[in-house]
Amino acid sequence: MDPEPPATPPPPPPTPERRRFLSRLSIGLSAAIAAVMGVPVVGFLLSPLTRRTPRVWRPVGRVDGFKVGETVNVAFEDASPLPWAGVTARTAAWLRRDDESHFTAYSVHCTHLGCPVRWVADAGLFLCPCHGGVYYADGTVSAGPPPRALPQYPVRVNNGQVEIQTSPIPIA
Amino acid sequence: MRRLLAWLDDRSGLITWLRHALEHPVPPRTGWWYVFGSATFIAFVLQVVTGIALATAYVPSSGQAYDSLRFISEQALLGRFLRGMHYFGASAMVLLIGIHVSRTYWMAAYKFPRELSWLSGAVLLLLTLALAFTGQLLRWDQNAVWSVIVGAAQAGRMPIVGGELARFLLAGDTIGGATLSRFFAFHVFFIPALVFALVGLHLMLVLRHGISERPRDGEPVDPATYRDRYQEMLKREGVPFWPDAAWRDVVFGAATVATVALLAIVVGPPALGSPPDPSILEAYPRPDWYLLWYFAVLAMAPEHLESIIIILGPLVFGAFLLLVPVFNRGERSVRRRPWAALVVVFIWTTIAAFWYAGERAEWSPDFSAKPLPASVLGNATPEDMEGARLFHSKGCEYCHAIAGYGGKRGPDLTAVGGRMTHDQIVARITNGSPSMPAYTRILRPDEVQVLAEFLARRR
Repeated sequence: MDPEPPATPPPPPPTPERRRFLSRLSIGLSAAIAAVMGVPVVGFLLSPLTRRTPRVWRPVGRVDGFKVGETVNVAFEDASPLPWAGVTARTAAWLRRDDESHFTAYSVHCTHLGCPVRWVADAGLFLCPCHGGVYYADGTVSAGPPPRALPQYPVRVNNGQVEIQTSPIPIA
Repeated sequence: MRRLLAWLDDRSGLITWLRHALEHPVPPRTGWWYVFGSATFIAFVLQVVTGIALATAYVPSSGQAYDSLRFISEQALLGRFLRGMHYFGASAMVLLIGIHVSRTYWMAAYKFPRELSWLSGAVLLLLTLALAFTGQLLRWDQNAVWSVIVGAAQAGRMPIVGGELARFLLAGDTIGGATLSRFFAFHVFFIPALVFALVGLHLMLVLRHGISERPRDGEPVDPATYRDRYQEMLKREGVPFWPDAAWRDVVFGAATVATVALLAIVVGPPALGSPPDPSILEAYPRPDWYLLWYFAVLAMAPEHLESIIIILGPLVFGAFLLLVPVFNRGERSVRRRPWAALVVVFIWTTIAAFWYAGERAEWSPDFSAKPLPASVLGNATPEDMEGARLFHSKGCEYCHAIAGYGGKRGPDLTAVGGRMTHDQIVARITNGSPSMPAYTRILRPDEVQVLAEFLARRR
């Protein structure tokens, strides 16, 4: 079949100004699409930076459950754990009963790189298994790479319960 | 069949393109040094395939991942094998890309016109290490949890943004429900997507510029003439990629996959440690073998240099990768670039040496040290018995060994009495040293005397 002759003449080619406008329009719209998709994603990923976790007091045991002078490992729950956090919501501290009414709670995180320090009761030292950091009983550095003393957590006695205030993992 | 293929090629152009890719001429006598790039790619494909399989059963939830891993390892059909494949596949990918980069640098294949091949490969190297680190964390046991904390603590050393960076890694103030999901998303979606894109670019560049010929002394790269000379060489003595050169890639790739599968069967995947409970402090966190050398660097770095190493080390390495292709002309032969050979040998020797040190980890106290047995003490006096008891209970033995019992962090004390006097021993116990506590705060004076006398008799 022979092609029909065109009923209307072909449209004139766009002028250079129109081409420039069209390409700018397309690039601008594409950038807008990318921004609409990208900005919320970046914001979502960065949300932990803006979310401030509240600090709450967690009971770790009755006062008379601790002997004066003893340092023990106590576990408690993070401030506002997500329902699916499971055991990862748990955290720990080294708690010492100084006298009848005073307690000291030490971070379990070595100030070198955050590894879990262990209390060696007979020697009266905190030892880190990762790179061999050592702290005295009062948390000050006695040997090895740690740059600072073990941080202490706020601790109080409330209605016969020892309570530790939740804190971020001490970093830097 | 032939007509179907002809139709497919007419509509898609795929077969013509594939034939062009396979038959494109490559330099002759490339040899076995050219197989590591394709082998890295095969290892990556293996990771994608086994990773998808594992993702069908793995639960990326902080609370449940550990149980799902136990299910995969102990109950799921072929689960143990697939985990083993994924672990040894990762090991192979890290090792092979390391060799591939070294080979490229050794032969200066990054010079004109292949600078972009180097740069895309450099990013692929960093992405591979990122995959290795995030993948190790997905084995969500106690070791993984502490590795995240150690990683965040390192990020925390950065000036100004350190704290924010650490929060970003942990996805909050502490380890918790949000931590694992993010590492999972990065490990399975984000980083692999970037790897796919860059591998595509990397292969496109290989087709565009051709495989680099083996370097020869006295044939420097001159951008003005290189392309013409390369094309003439191909016309003169080029061979089709398939099968003249490709057979080596296939043989080596098959050997790689076979080795990975064999290791997955014989050795199996790394055992799951204790549950990911950050309140269990009986932990000894250490990275998988491919990052063990860095663990050793951090243990052995002098204290005043440590933050500098943590921050500047990766930056200097990144800058090195970025700057290599700036030197894009001149001799390629390693005999005319002796410093290049030195760099490669230095990097591999350093990593091997630190890896060996990390494997031994002698800086770690030995928490499992048992009290000295009677066989070591011999006909011990009551004072000796008391000294040996203090030596163990006061923690000396975690770091010092006597007759093979005890840690290796401090000097071996089997014969300390032969090199130090009683008074010197008392002074050391009392005052300590930069890597030893001062026991004046821990031992009573009479205990120091008993311990020093016990040690002075070790000859």
